[in-house]
Amino acid sequence: MSENSDNNSYWSANIRTIQICLVIWALVSFGFGILLRPLLSGISVGGTDLGFWFAQQGSILVFLALIFFYAWRMNKLDAEHGVEE
Amino acid sequence: MDQFTVNLLFVGASFALYIGIAIWARAGSTSEFYAAGRGVHPVTNGMATAADWMSAASFISMAGLIAFTGYDNSTYLMGWTGGYVLLALLLAPYLRKFGKFTVSEFIGDRFYSPTARLVAVICLIVASTTYVIGQMTGVGVAFGRFLEVSNDTGLFIGAGVVFAYAVFGGMKGVTYTQVAQYCVLIMAYTIPAVFISLQLTGNPIPALGLFGDHVASGEPLLAKLDQIVRELGFNEYTAHHSDTLNMVLFTLSLMIGTAGLPHVIMRFFTVPKVSDARWSAGWTLIFIALLYLTAPAVGAMARLNITEQFWPNGTSGEAVSVETIENDEAYAWMGTWQKTGLLGWEDKNGDGKIQYYNDANAAMQEKATANGWEGNELTNFNRDILVLANPEIANLPSWVIGLVAAGGLAAALSTAAGLLLAISSAVSHDLLKGQLTPNMSEKSELMSARIAMAVAIAVATYLGLNPPGFAAQTVALAFGLAAASIFPALMMGIFSKRINNKGAVAGMLVGLLVTLLYIFLHKGWFFIPGTNSFTDADPLLGTIQSTSFGAVGAVLNFATAIIVSKMTAAPPKEIQDLVESVRVPRGAGAAVEGH
Repeated sequence: MSENSDNNSYWSANIRTIQICLVIWALVSFGFGILLRPLLSGISVGGTDLGFWFAQQGSILVFLALIFFYAWRMNKLDAEHGVEE
Repeated sequence: MDQFTVNLLFVGASFALYIGIAIWARAGSTSEFYAAGRGVHPVTNGMATAADWMSAASFISMAGLIAFTGYDNSTYLMGWTGGYVLLALLLAPYLRKFGKFTVSEFIGDRFYSPTARLVAVICLIVASTTYVIGQMTGVGVAFGRFLEVSNDTGLFIGAGVVFAYAVFGGMKGVTYTQVAQYCVLIMAYTIPAVFISLQLTGNPIPALGLFGDHVASGEPLLAKLDQIVRELGFNEYTAHHSDTLNMVLFTLSLMIGTAGLPHVIMRFFTVPKVSDARWSAGWTLIFIALLYLTAPAVGAMARLNITEQFWPNGTSGEAVSVETIENDEAYAWMGTWQKTGLLGWEDKNGDGKIQYYNDANAAMQEKATANGWEGNELTNFNRDILVLANPEIANLPSWVIGLVAAGGLAAALSTAAGLLLAISSAVSHDLLKGQLTPNMSEKSELMSARIAMAVAIAVATYLGLNPPGFAAQTVALAFGLAAASIFPALMMGIFSKRINNKGAVAGMLVGLLVTLLYIFLHKGWFFIPGTNSFTDADPLLGTIQSTSFGAVGAVLNFATAIIVSKMTAAPPKEIQDLVESVRVPRGAGAAVEGH
C-alpha cells in the first residue's frame, strides 16, 4: 500500500513536470514563433524580429534545453522515490 | 579532374565505408536483425537515430522549401524538432520500460487485443510507405544529378541500391553504418554552409551569419534579402504570408507525427536503461539541431546567391544573358541540372537575357510590360535541387560538391533503409509471425521480411515517378498519418488506465481513415495524379491543407477513443497493473521477444 501511494506521488510529480515543460514547448513555437510574433515585432534581431528568430532557431534551442532538463529532473525524481533501476 | 570523377570518388568512398561496416557487423539472429541487441550507448544511439531521422526531406528538400518561401516554411524547422520533446516526455521512457521490440507489440498488449495490434501494424505500414515515397523522390534527385542522368533513371538506380543496402544490413549493420552516415551527412551539410556564410557575412558559423550583416552591402543579410526579393515582386522573405491556422496545424502535425513514427520510436527500445531512453532523445536532438540550425541559413543565403546570379548588376540593372549562362564557368551548374529535367529556362521575349521575377504579381506586371518582359524566364526550379546545387551556385571547390553528393545520398539511403526495416518487421514479425502463422521458422521470417522490403520499394519507386509533392511535402503527409493514428494510441495507453481495447481500435481507425481520405481527396487516390477532387490551394475544409490534416486526425482519434471507452467496460485489472508498471523505471531489465 505504501509503495502504491509513493508511486502515485512519483507519477503526479512527473505529470506536473511534463505539464510545465509542454507549456514552455508550446509558448516558444506556436506562441513566439507564430501567434505572438506580432507582439514581439518591436524587438529587432539581425534585420528582422525576435519572432522570426524563435521560428527558425530559438524554438529548437529551447526544445533541447527542455529535453535535458526533463531527463535530469526525472532521474533525480526516480532516486528520491526509490524507483530507479 | 572533372566534377563527375570527383563526385564518383566521394560517393564511392563513402559507400565503401558503409558497406564495410555493414559486413563487419552483419546481422545474425532475428533479434539482432530488428534491434541490434541492447548494447547501444545513448550518444551512439542518438547519432544513429539522427542519421535515420534526417532523410532526403531534411537534407535535400527542406532548405529549398525555406529558401523559396521564407518565414512561412519555418514550420518544418519547428515541427521536425519539437516532436522530440513529445517523444522524450510522453513516450520513449515508458516504451523502453515496457520492453518489447515493436510499437505494435505495445499496442497489442496494452489494449489486450490482437485486433488493436493488427490495426497498429496497418497504420505503421501506411505511414512508412508514404514516407518511403518521399525518400525515393530525393533519391531520384540525388542519383540523377550525381550520375548526370534524368531524374527517372536516377530513381530506378537509387531504388536498386536502397534495396540491396537494406537487405544486407539489418539493423545492427544499420546502427553502426548510420553513425558513419551521420558524420558524412553533417559534414556535407555544414562545410558548404560555412564557406557560403564566410563569403556573404564573414561569419564562419552559418546559424549566426543568418542574423549577421551582408558584407557586400553592409546591411543585415535578411534585410538585404527582403529588399531584393521585394524588388522582383516576390513575397518578403521574413514576413508572414500564409494562413495562420494552417501554419499552426501543419507544425503540430509534424510534431505529433515525429513522436508517432515507428522507425524513430524503435530506436528507443535499443538503449540499456529507461534513463538512457530519456537522455537518448536529447542526444538525438543535439545531432539533429546541428543541421536544423544551419538549414535556415542555407536557405536564405542560397536564395540571395541565386537571385544575384540572375541579376548580376542588381535588380534594376540588366539580367544575365543566355550567352553567359551557356559559357561562363560560374553558371555551369545550370547546364548540369538541366540534364536532370529539374531546372529549366526560356528566353520568352527573345532579348538574349533571362529575367527571373514573379510574373504572378500584378504590380510587377506593370514594370515587366514597361521593360518588354514576357513572363518569368526561369521556367522551372525544382525546390529539391537547391541544397545539392548550392555549392556549385556559390562556386565552391569541387571536393565540396563531391562531399555534398555523398551526403545527400547518405541521408536518403539511411532513412529509406530504416523505413524498409520498419515495414519488413511490421509485416513479418507482427503480421505473419504475430497473427497469421505463429509457428513460422526464423529462416522464413527473415525471408518474408525481405520480400516485404522488395514490395515496399517497388510501390514507392512507382509512385516516386510522379510524386505527390517535393520530397519534404510527401514526407509531411507520412507524418500526418502517423500523427493521426499511432501517437494518440501510444500516449493514451500510457497516460490513461481507462482507455480500453474498443476505444483504441476505434480511435486509430477513425484517425487513420479520415486523414487518409482527406489526403487522397487532395493528392489523388493512392497518390495517382489526376484523381484528386480538391487541391491544397483551395482545400475542402477552410484553409486546412492535406499536409496539415494530421493534427485534426489526431484530435479525432483522441475524441473517438475517449468516447468509445467511456461507453464500454474498463480494462481488466492486469492491464491497469501493466500501465502502473510502465510508469516506473524500476525493474526494466532487458526487453524480451513476445508474441
